[in-house]
Amino acid sequence: MKSVFQRAATLLSTASVAAIGFAGIANADTLRLLTWGGYAPEDVVAMFEKETGHTVEVTLSNNEEMIAKLRATRGGGFDLAQPSQDRIAGPQAEFGIYKPIDLSKIDAGQFIGSMLEATKTNTTVDGEVYGVPHVWGTSGLVVDTAKAAGVKDYTDLCNADAAGKVSYRLKRPTLIGFGYAMGLDPFAAYGDEAAYKDIIDQVEAKLIDCKPNVKTYWGGGDELMGLLRSGEVVASMAWDTGGWKLNADNPDITFVAPASGALGWIDTFVLPAKGKSDAAAYDWINFVMRPEIAAKITDAAGNFTASKGADEFVSADLKARYQASFPPEAVDNIKWYPPVPAGLEMIEGAALDRVKAAN
Amino acid sequence: MRAGSKLGFILLFSPLILWLGLLIIIPHIDMFLISIRERVGVGKYDTSLANYLTFFREPLYMLTFARTALMSVLATALTLVIGFPVAFYIAKIAKGRLQSALFLLCLVPFWVSELVRTFGWMILLRETGVFSSLLQWAGLADQPVEMLYNDVSMMVGLVYTSMLFMVVPLITTMESLDDSVIEAGYDLGGNGISVMREIVIPHAMPGIVSGSIVVFMLSLGNYLTPTMLGGKDSLWFTELIYSQFIVRFNWELGAAFGFMLLLLSSIIVWGTLKLSGQTLEKTMG
Amino acid sequence: MTLQDLEIQNLTKTFDAFTAVDNVSFSVPAGSFFSILGPSGCGKTTIMRMVAGFIDPTSGDIRIKGRSVLDVPPNKRPVNMVFQHLALFPMMNIADNIGYGLRRKGIAQDEITRKVGEVLERIGLPGIGQRKVNELSGGQKQRVAIARCMVLEPDVLLLDEPLGALDLKLREHMKIELKSLQAEFDTTFVYITHDQSEALVMSDQIAVMNNGRFEQVGTGQDLYYRPETAFVAGFVGDSNRWRGKVTRAEGGQLQITTEAGLTMTGSDQGRGLSVGAAADIYVRPEAIRVGRSADELSQFENTMRGTVSSILFNGAASRLIVRAENGQEIEATLPQSGEFSGISRGDALHLGWSGEQANAFAASDDFTKVFE
Repeated sequence: MKSVFQRAATLLSTASVAAIGFAGIANADTLRLLTWGGYAPEDVVAMFEKETGHTVEVTLSNNEEMIAKLRATRGGGFDLAQPSQDRIAGPQAEFGIYKPIDLSKIDAGQFIGSMLEATKTNTTVDGEVYGVPHVWGTSGLVVDTAKAAGVKDYTDLCNADAAGKVSYRLKRPTLIGFGYAMGLDPFAAYGDEAAYKDIIDQVEAKLIDCKPNVKTYWGGGDELMGLLRSGEVVASMAWDTGGWKLNADNPDITFVAPASGALGWIDTFVLPAKGKSDAAAYDWINFVMRPEIAAKITDAAGNFTASKGADEFVSADLKARYQASFPPEAVDNIKWYPPVPAGLEMIEGAALDRVKAAN
Repeated sequence: MRAGSKLGFILLFSPLILWLGLLIIIPHIDMFLISIRERVGVGKYDTSLANYLTFFREPLYMLTFARTALMSVLATALTLVIGFPVAFYIAKIAKGRLQSALFLLCLVPFWVSELVRTFGWMILLRETGVFSSLLQWAGLADQPVEMLYNDVSMMVGLVYTSMLFMVVPLITTMESLDDSVIEAGYDLGGNGISVMREIVIPHAMPGIVSGSIVVFMLSLGNYLTPTMLGGKDSLWFTELIYSQFIVRFNWELGAAFGFMLLLLSSIIVWGTLKLSGQTLEKTMG
Repeated sequence: MTLQDLEIQNLTKTFDAFTAVDNVSFSVPAGSFFSILGPSGCGKTTIMRMVAGFIDPTSGDIRIKGRSVLDVPPNKRPVNMVFQHLALFPMMNIADNIGYGLRRKGIAQDEITRKVGEVLERIGLPGIGQRKVNELSGGQKQRVAIARCMVLEPDVLLLDEPLGALDLKLREHMKIELKSLQAEFDTTFVYITHDQSEALVMSDQIAVMNNGRFEQVGTGQDLYYRPETAFVAGFVGDSNRWRGKVTRAEGGQLQITTEAGLTMTGSDQGRGLSVGAAADIYVRPEAIRVGRSADELSQFENTMRGTVSSILFNGAASRLIVRAENGQEIEATLPQSGEFSGISRGDALHLGWSGEQANAFAASDDFTKVFE
């Protein structure tokens, strides 16, 4: 009984804090963070608040919603956001929702140098850098190896032996993953709209063909976890962390890097155009990039970070799973998302709508 | 005195005006302005009807639009067919404590959020769910049965979600029907069917129409139920709007879709009122 | 034996522990106007609903034109009912309201139109068929409600306090009209009401009902002048009521001393009250003669002096309230002779009434009940 009351009390106080934060004007040392689940674990937030005196308000979201939210407020309402690095240049050019990062305020020594440089390049618009890397990972396949050992690549999801028991998202990673699995090269066609459309058309046809095989298109990580855990789905396109989490409960289920290559993504730090406490934002970035803190985030989110030397602090279990899923040649085969040129999303969107409507 | 009453009037109406103005009229004007914008380059826009043209030229959008409307009409009809006897029983047959208990039962599902209710249905209908297990246990099925992710499960969810909004107006109108009018129907030679058809249904017509309008609007604008229960084939118009706004960043087309939906619902409501010979004042009053 | 349209035999209805109708029997001859008069909750509505078929009796029999109708559902019984609030169908126009029962019988549309026209003619409202229910006045609705039943030519028409919702003036008018409609249609009417004046004016026979039983059945005159029970004496017409004790009894003449200490002479009309018995005395205001002097009233057994404490002027039905010397208040009819037109409060008066007019009953609970 007591714990229920305690929980209710916590809920109430959280709600009232949220209400105050919502109603009042954020004071200078409140950091309104728009991020993904697991990227701001409670213990890290507590440590940060204790050390710096700032308070942190966390809002969980995903790439599309982050951009939509910032677009709706023209870059207001948050002080720090974490979209993927390929989704920064396009929206910035189109909507101007970010502000440039002052690299002098960031401790570059804490970052894995190559990843920092790559992210800076990909997020540069008009000579200004808009993003620095935080968490990276891949998407590929999560497979129940006892029931669907034959699934080695995205297109294997369409095999008859897994009929009715596969799932994937109806989003752009699926289009691109299938493109590679079909022997095409979508990223190479990013610059050429006609060529890209041609690729997407082929993928669309394949996905429509494949549709009877699909149990349902998953929408959220928890939904997919439920489907895999219950055995209703035996193979799915998914993030690596999802596979590793399930692996802990059921050794048969694990993440498989597809033969045509896993898709690599990097989630970044960006400053929303109307952010009010940049100082707190920089403090947060420098704080979470410390190796021991970054390792905590890796433990919470399941993904590795761009923090140099954090690997040492990560639990041995996770490292083992990572190495099992990624033999060295698979790491080399990762396809890193280049920035998405504006306009491609329209082509993809129309294709996805048609797949959804197909019978 | 006059000035005082004027002030009172302003004070009384300002919340309503603010609500209408800030939350309905201004956003809609803004939406309309967005919907007649065409993106011609990075960050550059022209005024045009291109978005509406896209809607009419792409068969997929029209198809989804028509499908959403038809399914909503079907959901409304089913809700009415199921809700009418329930409402009649609560309003006219059940008495006292039983009546309030039954009414409460109708209300109970609405104490939890729509999301939780929809999850409830998913737990019941999924392949490893309650119904599937029951069927196997009873020997009616020899392997797990998937009942989710089809139009039927979606319809079940829509009807369930809307039931209260049909039952409440029906109960209200039927309660206003004097029992003696029903008795007079029998006394003068009517049987159950003719009393229903000539007395109860005509009397309940305003409730039927207003309940149907509300249920139709709710179904048409529902997003959660079709996406969660309908799964890969759900194809609901609100999903298109959502994906245009959130996933595609194509606010212009999304806004145009939003206006088409507004237009569609207005036309269907207007048509229903005309067909049933009711007026908006009569059904809402 | 003449043909009885409605015969009720030993009808009883109990709801759990409560007996609503307790072993009631009566019969209504063809073409007569029969009323059941009683306070609310006396069981009269229950009887009517059993006759109509909406309630099943616990025991007893209901016969219409000699045939038991217990097994006949309400929509097949040859009785129709005019409801308290008329229960016209608001969703239909007048012609459809009246034609409803005919449609149920499967009669052809042109026949229905003809019959509806005819009955509207008979109730004096030709040509209102296309009107809406709420466009009619109270009295018109009343007539339409009756026409809606009469067009079906029922053996018995039941009327459940149909005048209750009307205002006073219209009610007075409708009493006469109902009576003439009954004569016009020549159908048996069974009318229930708590308003004695409605029952007295219209009925051939009246049953006074109390606590699920019939107290007395008779004509209006019987009930008014020759009440058989204290309840009837108290309920029908106005009375001065006193409770007392019988102090002397000879040959139907009683001497009674009231609780307030007044001694008066009364009659038990053969009910055999004996000395020492508790008794209630009922004296109608119009039985009390008012005089300026004691001499004028010497022929009465009961006389007393008093002063006028108030005058209830109501034209022909004006009353005086006179405070007797012992403090008792007595209601008496103000004579219309003009002699007392100048009377005012505080005037000294003499009252007198005959022992025959002072109706004595064994004391009962009804004494206090009618006062409530």
